Amino acid sequence: MKIVVIGNGMVGFKFCRKLVERKVPGLELIVFGEERLPAYDRVHLSSYFDGKSTADLLLAPKNWYADNGVRLHLGDPVHHISPGLQTVTAKSGITESYDILVFATGSSAFVPPMPGTDQKGVFVYRTLDDLDHMKTAARKARRAAVIGGGLLGLEAAKSCMDLGIADTTIVEYAPRLMPRQIDQNGSAILQKQLETLGLKIRTNAYTTSILGDGTATGIGFEDGSTIPADMIVISAGIRPRDELAASAGLETGSRGGIVVNDRMQTTHANIYAIGECALYQHIIYGLVAPGYEMADIAIDNILGGNRTFGGFDMSTKLKLVGVDVASFGDPFPPPDSCRVIVFEDQVAGVYKRINMTDDGQYLLGGILIGDASAYNMLLQKVKNKMKITGKPEDELLGARSTGEAAAGVLGLPPDAMICSCESVSKAAICQAVEDGHETFNAVKKCTGASTSCGGCAPMVKDLITYTLKSQGKYVRNVLCEHFGYSRQELYDLIKIRSLHSYDEVLDNIGHGDGCEVCKPAVSSILASLWGDMILAKGNDTAQDSNDRYLANIQKGGTYSVVPRIPGGEITPQKLMAIGRIAEKYNLYTKITGGQRIDMFGAHVGDLPLIWEELIAEGFESGHAYGKALRTVKSCVGSTWCRFGLHDSVSYAIRVEERYRGLRAPHKIKSAVSGCIRECAEAQSKDFGIIATEKGWNLYVCGNGGSKPQHALLLAADLDSETCIRYIDRFLMFYIKTADPLTRTATWLNKMEGGIDYLRNVVVKDSLGIAGELEREMQALVDSYKCEWREVVETPALRKRFTHFVNAPEEKDPSVQFEQLREQKKAVEWK
Amino acid sequence: MSPITKEKTNWFFACKVEDVPANGGVCIKYKDEQIALFHFARRGEWFASQNLCPHRRQMALSRGMIGAQQGEPKVACPFHKKTFSLADGRCLSDEHECAIKVYPVKLEEDRIYIGVGGGKETSAVPA
Ligand SMILES: Cc1cc2nc3c(=O)[nH]c(=O)nc-3n(C[C@H](O)[C@H](O)[C@H](O)COP(=O)(O)OP(=O)(O)OC[C@H]3O[C@@H](n4cnc5c(N)ncnc54)[C@H](O)[C@@H]3O)c2cc1C
Ligand code: SF4
Ligand code: FES
Repeated sequence: MKIVVIGNGMVGFKFCRKLVERKVPGLELIVFGEERLPAYDRVHLSSYFDGKSTADLLLAPKNWYADNGVRLHLGDPVHHISPGLQTVTAKSGITESYDILVFATGSSAFVPPMPGTDQKGVFVYRTLDDLDHMKTAARKARRAAVIGGGLLGLEAAKSCMDLGIADTTIVEYAPRLMPRQIDQNGSAILQKQLETLGLKIRTNAYTTSILGDGTATGIGFEDGSTIPADMIVISAGIRPRDELAASAGLETGSRGGIVVNDRMQTTHANIYAIGECALYQHIIYGLVAPGYEMADIAIDNILGGNRTFGGFDMSTKLKLVGVDVASFGDPFPPPDSCRVIVFEDQVAGVYKRINMTDDGQYLLGGILIGDASAYNMLLQKVKNKMKITGKPEDELLGARSTGEAAAGVLGLPPDAMICSCESVSKAAICQAVEDGHETFNAVKKCTGASTSCGGCAPMVKDLITYTLKSQGKYVRNVLCEHFGYSRQELYDLIKIRSLHSYDEVLDNIGHGDGCEVCKPAVSSILASLWGDMILAKGNDTAQDSNDRYLANIQKGGTYSVVPRIPGGEITPQKLMAIGRIAEKYNLYTKITGGQRIDMFGAHVGDLPLIWEELIAEGFESGHAYGKALRTVKSCVGSTWCRFGLHDSVSYAIRVEERYRGLRAPHKIKSAVSGCIRECAEAQSKDFGIIATEKGWNLYVCGNGGSKPQHALLLAADLDSETCIRYIDRFLMFYIKTADPLTRTATWLNKMEGGIDYLRNVVVKDSLGIAGELEREMQALVDSYKCEWREVVETPALRKRFTHFVNAPEEKDPSVQFEQLREQKKAVEWK
Repeated sequence: MSPITKEKTNWFFACKVEDVPANGGVCIKYKDEQIALFHFARRGEWFASQNLCPHRRQMALSRGMIGAQQGEPKVACPFHKKTFSLADGRCLSDEHECAIKVYPVKLEEDRIYIGVGGGKETSAVPA
């Protein structure tokens, strides 16, 4: 059988992969693709501006096709088909005959008919080539405008910001953003969130022209107003690529799309259409999951089966510019037919809406903005028409702890579709677990679940845990294949058996040869237990590379050096010393977000020399590398500030000097503010201290970063000594019980009993371990040594800091820099 | 130790055993190339591979952590922790990622030699 596929996009590729997996004897598979690259992940297209390379985005490397007997013609669009002769002809002149022809031509961006769209500076957002053009243009652009405030428009706007265009406006014709997915109130919250990020938004704005004289300069609206812009991205919808099909006489819809039946056949029985070019019951499905389902159904029918397509749910969940947005089922059914519950928190930027049947028994759909953690479960309830058992409002607030969420998964019927991208049911996942695939990766590999968008990962993980539990297996969060223990268990075992090196630990309580997961985890435990110099006792190669070189490896393979500056206080002499050293070793310098000075671009061989000079000037290891205490920020405090209640700088220095170098499951940050104005942002730190009239308030388990979370008050009005004791206990308890790479916020979120429990342990000593925790912390504090100094003064360690072991004086010749604002920078990833 | 020696293999002296940290790697300069050399002391084995991380194209693999996955020796790139088999160069963590070149290693007394130009190299690095 000879099958020709036109289009090598996401769905076309999926078709090929699934067909190849069926191992059909005598199959000849030929694919024509118009783009220069083989199929790539369009869904994550925007991450191209965010560090991903084209190679990262490819769905399969080029050689996959040849390896699997697929003949792929790239950059060669099909120009003509002859259904009578059963042949296709491509631009290059290649003609192929076929038994079965499959259209997977996708869509193109729809450009509304208006004057000015053909000028320089006007873009659409669809292919990697489009993005490349934008990238080039963005270097000169100062203002961007995106026409269309739908899902893609918002993504395009984010990309403009990623490209460095701070002044970006979204223009939407409808009165709200994402008009197809969310309602007016939800849109208002989303809009506010986006505006705080710096995006400008204009709704009710009907664009009628693009201004400019060959080069775009702005856009004009129906009401005569205009806005200036030199980069304009049109994201006004999609247009199915049906031109070739239409010219070959296949039936197409009045608004585009190749008409297919429920077997994905066009009006010619041996010609199929799948993905975004296919029109099924007057609908074009603009998402991958339905396209993948169509690919499956087409294959089944081509191979003699008779599965049929029954439409597809258009629920979506995404993260837009860092804000969760989800809509599922029917987001806005007619108001008189349903009961609606809405939850709104304007300050936190959270909006949730669910629609239920009149009697409150069944979910119809809803909208989640700002917090979409309940999405998977709600979607399942809609899809499986599950009865609402508890109070309807509980549905809205979502599962409050993982326990309940997982219990929810258990309640799903066996045929519930857990992974909609890959069509994997609950039963299939449970079966895989019962067959012995007991880890997430194993289940992923065996079932294919979670290999596309990844949105179903939390549910898959819950299912694994609960299937194992239901089999009576003790589910442990084991570290990796080399250790059958969790981090907490390992910590206790290492301590009880008094093990001091990675190899000892592996020999005594592990098996195999270790890996990059258990080595740093064990090293961190050893460091927090014994406080030995991190590179001592042959432990250096069990350290993460950053710990091993006591510096962060950065783009280009050079390192950054960040001397410790406790509390952010620094003398002019020290400032000059840093300046002089940075100049001498040609380092790029920048003030960090944590009141330090970052020096980038140091060759590995220069590290000991740089440290030596820094040490001579009175600096010490700043643990910007490794999972350790990073910084204790401070505000000005009572020494200078007219509001300051206490001397926050002195206290911050004291705290930082106490915990410097402390190794933990993850990095730790802290801050001290001199009054409630909170200039040091102490409430976004793992532990933060704020001066009060009567002493210090201690806040814990806050987190900045990608998932910000406010710290919670642990104890109020403490004197300086008590505050330190509580911090000792808190940090030591965290170090002993948290999983690897878990920040304090996540640790607390998972803790049964939450902050009340933690307060009982730390403040009320409910477990009777406070004394022990304090003693252990004191031992670590006492054993602190500057790690850089150890290297500088130990010839054997110092010798390790070379690029070539057989040419120690030579620097890595492949390291390259570019100029940036009078300094150097690493060259871009290729 | 990697046993494969093909006729054409050209052995060059890399460094002494003592120059390589136990269970870690170093970078060897060979003409204009960079080769990562690893001493897997736990297993008494030596491995060599290209030093270039194929993912980000940076000279960094020698600084990665080595380990094993179901018995197969591997190295994790310090940049994004993608892991590569030291036995055949395959990327173990991401099927879409290119493989790396691996080279045979032999030991004579305390001297380490790396074989280039032999049959064991699996080249999959795009230029
Ligand atoms: C920026 C962006 C973000 C998105 N985000 C999401 C998301 O979060 N979730 C989601 O579900 N979906 C998302 N989508 C939509 C998703 O990418 C599409 O649904 C999916 O790519 C459709 O796959 P397809 O194979 O039908 O079409 P495409 O991936 O567009 O592939 C069609 C291919 O056919 C080629 N072609 C056309 N005509 C010819 C010809 N005559 N000869 C040869 N080749 C031809 C085209 O050049 C193209 O490469 C997003 C899309 C974009 C652009
Ligand atoms: S937090 Fe209070 S004391 Fe500190 S600088 Fe701000 S206003 Fe001044
Ligand atoms: S739902 Fe997308 S990968 Fe499972």
